[in-house]
Amino acid sequence: MLGNVIAFRRFRPGGSIFGEYWVGLRYFKMFLADPTFWNVFTNTLVLGGLTLLFCFPLPIVLALLLNEVRARRLKRFVQSVSYLPHFLSIVIVAAIVMQLLSMDGTVNQFVRAAGGEEIAFLQRPEWFRTIYVSSEVWQTVGWGTILYLAALTTIDDDLYEAARIDGANRWRQTWHVTLPGIRPTMVTLLILNIGTFMAVGFEKILLLYNPLTYPTADVISTYLFRVGFASSNFSYAAAIGLFEAVIGLVLVLSANLIARRTVGTSLW
Amino acid sequence: MVTVDAAERATEVGPRPRRRRGIRQTRGYRVFQVVNAIILTLVVVVTLYPFVNIVARSMSHEAYIIAGQVNLVPRGFTLDTYQLVMSDPLFWTNYRNTVFYTVTATLISIVMTTCYAYVLSKKHLKGRTALIGIAVFTMFFTGGLIPNYVLVTSLGLKNSVWAIALPNAINVFNLLVMKAFFESLPVELEEAAAVDGLNTYGILLRIVLPLSKAIVATMVLFYAVAFWNSWFAAFLYMDQQELWPVTVYLRNLIAGATGAENIGAIAEANEVQAEATLKSVTIVLTTLPILLVYPFVQRYFVRGIMLGAVKG
Repeated sequence: MLGNVIAFRRFRPGGSIFGEYWVGLRYFKMFLADPTFWNVFTNTLVLGGLTLLFCFPLPIVLALLLNEVRARRLKRFVQSVSYLPHFLSIVIVAAIVMQLLSMDGTVNQFVRAAGGEEIAFLQRPEWFRTIYVSSEVWQTVGWGTILYLAALTTIDDDLYEAARIDGANRWRQTWHVTLPGIRPTMVTLLILNIGTFMAVGFEKILLLYNPLTYPTADVISTYLFRVGFASSNFSYAAAIGLFEAVIGLVLVLSANLIARRTVGTSLW
Repeated sequence: MVTVDAAERATEVGPRPRRRRGIRQTRGYRVFQVVNAIILTLVVVVTLYPFVNIVARSMSHEAYIIAGQVNLVPRGFTLDTYQLVMSDPLFWTNYRNTVFYTVTATLISIVMTTCYAYVLSKKHLKGRTALIGIAVFTMFFTGGLIPNYVLVTSLGLKNSVWAIALPNAINVFNLLVMKAFFESLPVELEEAAAVDGLNTYGILLRIVLPLSKAIVATMVLFYAVAFWNSWFAAFLYMDQQELWPVTVYLRNLIAGATGAENIGAIAEANEVQAEATLKSVTIVLTTLPILLVYPFVQRYFVRGIMLGAVKG
C-alpha cells in the first residue's frame, strides 16, 4: 500500500519502488485534465450503477421465489444449478459469453430466426453494457440468494400468524413481515456491493472489451491498466488507481454511515 | 453450532412447515405456485443452456457451427478437436501448472490464514483490534494494481509461483470466518491443555486443529477454487508461456493473442478446420474438473459462506 506513494513521485523503471523525487499533485492534475479519464470515469459510474441496480435486488427476488417452493427436491435442484456459475473462472465466463454472442452463436441464431441481421455484439459499443450486466447477473444471482434464504428461516412464525389474523394477504405478509425480516441482510450486502462499485469487474471487462467498444466499456481500472502497462507510465497509472480507491473507500464509509443513521444497521 | 444449523436448514432441508399458511389456499396463490415453478424452471434453463451449448459446439463439425446450426445437440458429431487440443503439449504444461500453482498457493494460504486467525481469536492479545482493523481495511482499500506490480517485480517474484501465491495469500473474508470459528471453541479446553503441559504450538496443533477439521476443509476449498480460477496474476507476472496456468491458455485463445498460434499450427499441420470448435473444446476441458467436483463440495461452500456472514 505504501507503494501508492509513487503517485506523488516520479517513477523510473528499475529505480526505487518508491520513486525518485516528489512531484506533488502533478499526476492528479494530469488526469483531471485528460478527456479520456472523464470518459472512463462516466463508464465506471454507469456500469457500476447498472450492476448495482440488477445484481443487488435480483437475488432477493429469487430468494423470495425459492422460499415459496413447497417441493423440497425442486428447490434444492434449482439452488444447486443456480450456484454453479459462481464457481467458474472469469476467463471461462468470458469465453462462454463470446461463444454465445459470436456471429454463429445462439443469440444470433435467434436474431436470424426473428428475421433480423446478425449483429457483431462484442464489436458494438451500444451492446457492451447489456452484455456485461447480464453476464454478471447470470454468474452471481444464484449464489447471492444463500444469505437471504438463511435470513428467511430466522423470521418468527408468530409474526406471520399475527399478520394473518390482522387480515393480511400473502402480498402484504411478504411486504410487512418478510422484507423487514431480511432487512439487516439487505443493508449489509448493499453496503458491501457499494464497496465494490468503483472496482467494477475489472478482469471481466479486460477480457471482453476491445478498442471498438472502448467508448462504453473502458473503465478506470482498465484505463489505468493500459496506461501502466502499454504506455509504461507507472506514476500516472498509480495516481488514477489511488483516486479510484479513495472514491471507493469514501463510498463505503458514507453508505455505512447513512445506513446506521437511517435503518440502524451497519457493518461496523 | 446454532448458525450452522440455520444454514443447513436454509439450504438443505427447506423451510419449516410454517409455510403452509392457513388451511385453504386461495386460487390466486395456486396460480402463483404455477407461475413460480415456471419462473424457476426458466432460471434453470437459462443457467444451464450455455454449458449445454458449449458442449454441443465442442463436438460438432466446423461447418455446422459456421452455418449457425448448433444449439442443444452436436451436429456432425466429431471428437477430432478434442484430440487436437489434447495433442498440444502447451495445453498439458499449462494444466500441470494450474495444478501446481493451486496446490502450492492453497497450502501457503491455509497455513498463513490459520496462524493469523488463531492469533486474532485470542482476546487477551495486545493490539488485537488494530490487527483486525488492518486486515479489514484492506478489504475496502488496496494498494492498487501498479504499486502491487512494482512491489512484486522488485522483490524478484516474477515468473515464479510466489507471484501468484504471496500477494493473495490471505483472504480477509476467510480470515474472519476462521477467527470466528476459533473464538467459538471453549476456552477451558485450551486451558486444560496448557495445564497438562502443552505449549502454544502444541495446543494449536494437537487440540485446536483436530477440532477445526471442518472449517479448515472449507477454507481449503475456498482457496483452491480461487487459485484454480485465477488468471490475472499469472497473466501479469508470467512472461513465458511454459509458466502459464490453463486459464491464461484459454484467455489467449479467445483473445487470439500470442501463444495461441501454437495450437493453430498443430491444427494446420493436421489439416483440421477447427477454429470455432477449438475454443469450445478448450472451455469444456478447463471447466470439466470444476463440474466434476462441484456436486460433492457445493454444500461445504454454502456452509462456509454462511459461517462468515453470521459471525464475521
